[in-house]
Amino acid sequence: MNVSAPFNEVGTPHAQPAQATKGAISIRNVTKIYDPEGVNVMAVDNCSMEIAGGEVCMIVGPSGCGKTTLLNAIAGFHSITSGEIRLDGELLCGPGKPKAKMGADRMVVFQHGALFPWRTLAENVAYGPIVQGVMSKSLAMEKARHMLAEAGLGDVGDKYPGEVSSGMARRAEIVRALINDPKVLLLDEPYRAMDALTKSIMHESLLETYDRTKVTIFFITHDLEEAIFLGDKVHIVTSRPCRRKKTVTVDIPRPRSYAVQSSEQFRLLIEEVNEAVHEEAMKAFEAGERELA
Amino acid sequence: MTDVAQTSGTYTLPRRRSKLEKLIQNVSFWRGVTAIAVFLGMWEVGSRIDEWFGEAYTVPFVGLIPPPSAVFLAWLEIAPSAGYWMSWVESFKRVLAGFIVAMIVGIPFGLALAVNKYFRALFFPPFEILRPIPPLAWVPASLIFWPTNEMSIAFVTFLGAFFTVVINVLGGARTIDIRYLRAAQSMGANQWDLFSKIILPGTLPSIFTGAAVGMGITWEVVLAAEMISGGGTQGGGGLGFFIWNSYMGGSLEQIIVGMISIGIAGYLSSSTIRAVGEWFMPWKRMF
Repeated sequence: MNVSAPFNEVGTPHAQPAQATKGAISIRNVTKIYDPEGVNVMAVDNCSMEIAGGEVCMIVGPSGCGKTTLLNAIAGFHSITSGEIRLDGELLCGPGKPKAKMGADRMVVFQHGALFPWRTLAENVAYGPIVQGVMSKSLAMEKARHMLAEAGLGDVGDKYPGEVSSGMARRAEIVRALINDPKVLLLDEPYRAMDALTKSIMHESLLETYDRTKVTIFFITHDLEEAIFLGDKVHIVTSRPCRRKKTVTVDIPRPRSYAVQSSEQFRLLIEEVNEAVHEEAMKAFEAGERELA
Repeated sequence: MTDVAQTSGTYTLPRRRSKLEKLIQNVSFWRGVTAIAVFLGMWEVGSRIDEWFGEAYTVPFVGLIPPPSAVFLAWLEIAPSAGYWMSWVESFKRVLAGFIVAMIVGIPFGLALAVNKYFRALFFPPFEILRPIPPLAWVPASLIFWPTNEMSIAFVTFLGAFFTVVINVLGGARTIDIRYLRAAQSMGANQWDLFSKIILPGTLPSIFTGAAVGMGITWEVVLAAEMISGGGTQGGGGLGFFIWNSYMGGSLEQIIVGMISIGIAGYLSSSTIRAVGEWFMPWKRMF
């Protein structure tokens, strides 16, 4: 298998679910240089990827490689230096418009969670519809409670984020994103600090949510099993600057159960991804050592 | 039938206890009581050793001050007098006036410094130059430019709390996690939503920290200002003047009565702030 060749598509093109028409992201030749007049750090270099509407797209790469920069550019938190990003054909950012406008069509679930500690879970979930003015406060709260109950959080809606487990908090945060009916969910290593058992519950809950909503998911991780278990496509990116190195298509049928993780197909996919990732991890490690020296 | 814990037989839920019952059964509470008792006992013995063994055995420091029993007797003597309680009232009035004005002016000022860069560029430098000046250094000047003693005391008290409140509010508002702001903006929050629903609640803990520290400084400043201005013809007594007066009258016991009164007054003030803080920030309550 020619693993090191860039842009090597593996597997057959993936058939998309018919109802998934929204949330296609197209990233074309995006480059991001931090502080062009100063230290000049290139975080993303000429990175391109196409994400179909309703696809679960996993981004795997070494830590600090610029994956989050890419996510921040889509979300509108950071500008890009060149290239363009489109959502359903519409320009988010590109020439003449370096920074995308933040919006409820792209909801971010943050690495360490960003539920507002001063609002209960239900109040957190109701926040979006209230500030957008699309629902009255009581209606938004009612919908929030309903959606929390759907996610198995019916009992803890009146608790503050500090009073619930990290797993519950993260699930509530995904509910808070979904109530805005986004086209894309942007997840930045949301399950990073969790133990394996909690993580597996999180995965099942996310898959269940995905099967229900078919929302496009852009998911950053460096957990290979997570990437393959959840994803339709796994994009392996290079160590800084971030570029697409290889894309692996995961054609395990949905709905997926935890049992697929012990299948031969799963093991082979892991092997394939691992080889590419390991090489980049080594590069990142060596670069890190040089920076320190 | 509905109460599972009662019918299961093997296990019954503990009975709900009253606050007083909880306090009495609380080990930490009794540790605190013991610590105070031991402290008082050592003080009593330390200050009486010279009575029992002669001047040569005077314990340094503690030997020179009256024992707690004598202080308590002195307190019993002055407790019925209205003048003593008026000192409490006077000092409390000054502390509250200075503190409340400092909060009313300081919180919006600190928030404005935090959210508006033009405001910050304009007002932060002079603020930072005035901030290191100790409130007490303002006493002579304020005695000159305020028409009454009372107003100059209130002004100096205000300064004591103001700078602390502002610097805490500013620090708190500036260190709000950017993820909260980004999340809120993604969900469609406008500038006012960001301010009222994210920055303000996110700054509340710092506001109460500033209030607690500011309250402590206010008490320090009030006492010193009362001693310096002497209460005099206009100012009225206050606990600071009470201590000063006791010193002039040579009553060591009364000086200590005054000191302990201040300690208790300060404790009451900060407990009040804590209680208000808990009421304002239910998400901070510990279980």
